[in-house]
Amino acid sequence: MGPIRQLFETLFTEVGRLTLLLWRVLVWTPRPPYDPRQLLEQMVRIGIQSVPVVLLTAMFTGMVMAIQTYRVLVRFSAEAYVGSLVSLSMVRELACVLSALMIAGRCGSAMGAELGTMRVTEQIDALEVLATDPIHYLVVPRVWATTLMLPLLVGIADAVGIFGGYLVAVVMMGTNPVTYMANTFQFMELTDLTSGLIKAAVFGLIIATVGCQKGFYTTGGAAGVGKATTQAVVTASIAVLIADFFLTKILF
Amino acid sequence: MSVEPTGPIKIRLEQIFKAFGEKKVLRGVDLQVHEGESLVILGGSGTGKSVLLKHVIGLLKPDSGTVTVDGTDLASLDYREITHFRRRFGMAFQGGALFDSMDVFHNIAFPLERTRRFNRSQIRARVEECLALVRLEGTEKKAPSELSGGMRRRIGFARAIALEPQILLFDEPTSGLDPVMTAVIDDVILDLKRTLQSTTITITHDMTSAFRIADRLAMLHHGKVIAEASPEGMKNSPDPRVRQFIEGRANGPLNDHPADDPFSDHPADGPLNDTPEEGPSTKTRPPQESP
Ligand SMILES: Nc1ncnc2c1ncn2[C@@H]1O[C@H](COP(=O)(O)OP(=O)(O)O)[C@@H](O)[C@H]1O
Ligand SMILES: [Mg+2]
Repeated sequence: MGPIRQLFETLFTEVGRLTLLLWRVLVWTPRPPYDPRQLLEQMVRIGIQSVPVVLLTAMFTGMVMAIQTYRVLVRFSAEAYVGSLVSLSMVRELACVLSALMIAGRCGSAMGAELGTMRVTEQIDALEVLATDPIHYLVVPRVWATTLMLPLLVGIADAVGIFGGYLVAVVMMGTNPVTYMANTFQFMELTDLTSGLIKAAVFGLIIATVGCQKGFYTTGGAAGVGKATTQAVVTASIAVLIADFFLTKILF
Repeated sequence: MSVEPTGPIKIRLEQIFKAFGEKKVLRGVDLQVHEGESLVILGGSGTGKSVLLKHVIGLLKPDSGTVTVDGTDLASLDYREITHFRRRFGMAFQGGALFDSMDVFHNIAFPLERTRRFNRSQIRARVEECLALVRLEGTEKKAPSELSGGMRRRIGFARAIALEPQILLFDEPTSGLDPVMTAVIDDVILDLKRTLQSTTITITHDMTSAFRIADRLAMLHHGKVIAEASPEGMKNSPDPRVRQFIEGRANGPLNDHPADDPFSDHPADGPLNDTPEEGPSTKTRPPQESP
């Protein structure tokens, strides 16, 4: 009873805190002064600069998926469906979850560390003193930038993953390129694609909210910043995986 | 030795209590600052001077007690109202608190840009003016990480005064500065007071500086104001705790701990046994007699 109750308590306080922050983000979003430079800077940092990481992740995942599905499907003499399986897995599930986890590691942690440092060096207090709401100035652009950029990254990951699978199947397994491509799109529907992108947007929202929440409420100096950074990544990753389950259930 | 009020009351702190977990930092602080007055807060490290200053501007909320600025109870403002309310304040933090994502120019320009009242050339002119005041001309392009601690503090000071606010809060603006630079900052504070009738609260450890800029001094010790007087009154104070502090002696009654300090295992003795005092008072508070 004890540990389970504790787990639920942690879960509820965590969700409560995040909801509160998210609420304040929504309240502040339409208010002036608008600062498009902040949003743009975050979009570049989170979106553009994450392209290489996401690219590599998707490429290798696509390639591994092709090998694995080929080895399994060949047992049923169903190797013609490798393309379908690889592309559907990428588009529906792997591209968005793996990209989200990479972004949690890359950007969620950065938000925890950056806002945490700003907190312990009184820069967040200084913002408040300079009549600037720190949530408006720091959190709003990060949350929106991540929410907007993650679907974009996942779109790229979809394409690259499918290409990785194609490369392995055609070059290594000797599959006919034309049949492989036909196979890839044979069973794919538009909803497969959109559901992945919608999930990506939600994951982006989660990652940024968690990262900012951990950083924003950091206490306890340099050690506190370290803790906030770790917690940002761990909490965001777990939250993404849990949300993935429920979203997948709802969206399909 | 009583202190004459010099104008309408700008800032009023009443019975402020603040604890962080078990640690009681402020234990019933009463303090008033009049319009146009320069108040200096003295006190040893860790007595809660910075915490007190953050209450004045609403960065920290008291566990109990009220902070009133210009007749407005800060607790009555919601987070959007208080953001606007803070336009009348300028605050320089103990460590500078410069934004390290921005260079010096943008740090000082930040408050100017946020008000949307100035155009580019006005901002540039004002930043240069502020940098000249703290004698750091030509550092506009430098990142905060390239500056020494003292320089960061002066930039933080320049940022605080950029908008010429009515109320200025300075947290140890001259610590770590050489005597000449300390005098420069003191002169800027006096100048602001003269030209803008700003109300200022300054925390300092530097007694020369304190007596130079203060209309009135208050000494904080173990979370309470134990003495409050004009510079003359402070210099001639018979209170052994005040004497120890302004004379800078290593041993004396300031080293004693109050009985209710949870981190203290010292026997309760000496003039620092704080028994609760009632009501706000602007008079110098005599130390209690030893039993
Ligand atoms: N945000 C905080 N959380 C917990 N303790 C704090 C916090 N801010 C200050 N304190 C504690 O309050 C005490 C007084 O701090 P401070 O006001 O900074 O002292 P000083 O008089 O040197 O400026 C210190 O013991 C400090 O550890
Ligand atoms: Mg301090």
